[in-house]
Amino acid sequence: MNFNLYKYILGISDNSLILGQRMGALTGHGPSLETDIACTNISLDLFGQVRSYYQYAAKIADDGRTEDDIAMLRKEREYLNVLLVEQPDTDFAFTMARQFLFDVYHLLFLTELQKNKDLTLSAIATKSMKEVSYHQRFSSDWIKRLGDGTEESHLKMQDAIDTLWTYTDELFHQTEADKIMVSEGIGVDVTKLKDNYYQKVNNVLEEATLKIPESKYFQKGGKEGIHTEHMGYLLSDLQYMQRTYPNMEW
Amino acid sequence: MLILTITEQNIDNHLIPILAQVSDPEIPVLSIMDMGVVRSAIIENDVVKVQITPTYSGCPAMDVIGDDIKKALQEAGYESEIELILSPAWTTDWITPKGRKDLERYGIAAPLEAEADKEALLGEKKIVKCTNCGSTNTRLVSQFGSTACKAQFQCNDCQEPFDYFKCLK
Ligand SMILES: [Zn+2]
Repeated sequence: MNFNLYKYILGISDNSLILGQRMGALTGHGPSLETDIACTNISLDLFGQVRSYYQYAAKIADDGRTEDDIAMLRKEREYLNVLLVEQPDTDFAFTMARQFLFDVYHLLFLTELQKNKDLTLSAIATKSMKEVSYHQRFSSDWIKRLGDGTEESHLKMQDAIDTLWTYTDELFHQTEADKIMVSEGIGVDVTKLKDNYYQKVNNVLEEATLKIPESKYFQKGGKEGIHTEHMGYLLSDLQYMQRTYPNMEW
Repeated sequence: MLILTITEQNIDNHLIPILAQVSDPEIPVLSIMDMGVVRSAIIENDVVKVQITPTYSGCPAMDVIGDDIKKALQEAGYESEIELILSPAWTTDWITPKGRKDLERYGIAAPLEAEADKEALLGEKKIVKCTNCGSTNTRLVSQFGSTACKAQFQCNDCQEPFDYFKCLK
């Protein structure tokens, strides 16, 4: 098995799985019916993308595991998502800020992945891009509505952006598997997306009358499997059914 | 799952009437043929091989559509194999003119062109036509609707709430 390609695919798709889990957990808890539906729709798109990636990863691993095993039965240290997507729904501003800070990256990343010479990854990227551009439109809209809204909503959105900012730099961190895949012409060189990312994010923040955080302190670890304390709680929800009733099927 | 790239639709004429009976479970008036999700259907050694493509990645209807195709073909006396393909990605351009009319009759506004779609979904222009009275004096309620492919609108004139099928290109 091409272990690096396998890890590389998980590095991409675990982000969508964990963010999808966060958004899906809001079912019935959204601040209004419309936003509730939007969050679960975003979750559904992300899970759909994850299925394609994991089916491909299972084919490469070729060790009898299915897409479901990969999604449900790994240990915390084996999940390779960035710390940003596992951060909790402190309030709705956090939910939208997390989504926005990821969406901008996600779209830039998929735009590059689409040009990939690995045809499967390229096909998944092309399909996903269309969906993610709707996500980004939705989350950017909320950044502006809350940022440029009432005094209270502005404060909350600024707090969410300031808090989550510390996780943005990790998006551009390369793991060993990333570096090897880039050198083989399959991986996307994320370091090259950084300037464009902050440019796009800053434009929206300015339009939302929000302050661009100046902090130079960043946290990373998720891509190497070292997660924040929130991840364990998230996984115990995500994995509950498969752990309680092993091999159960829908 | 195998991801294949197919360049053009290749559907055996004998199979068209059978496949046309199958519809999207979430939009029962719309045949899968008019939705453009069937990319190829050929008879090989007495087995029908059908390739379908999802509208949205997470569309839960795809599994049901696959099962329904198998059932329809079985009733017509065919064994079949269904394959899900991702490339080229489905676009709303593949909905046929008849399909667009069926959507409208069902109360779902058909997708606009990409640029107009963006303006409609940002609430910049009132261009989405009410499926009840035909007025374009409508407003966006939410960019996301009852299924992944739709947005919610409401008519300012007749107050009818309706879905708009989002442009996907
Ligand atoms: Zn009307």
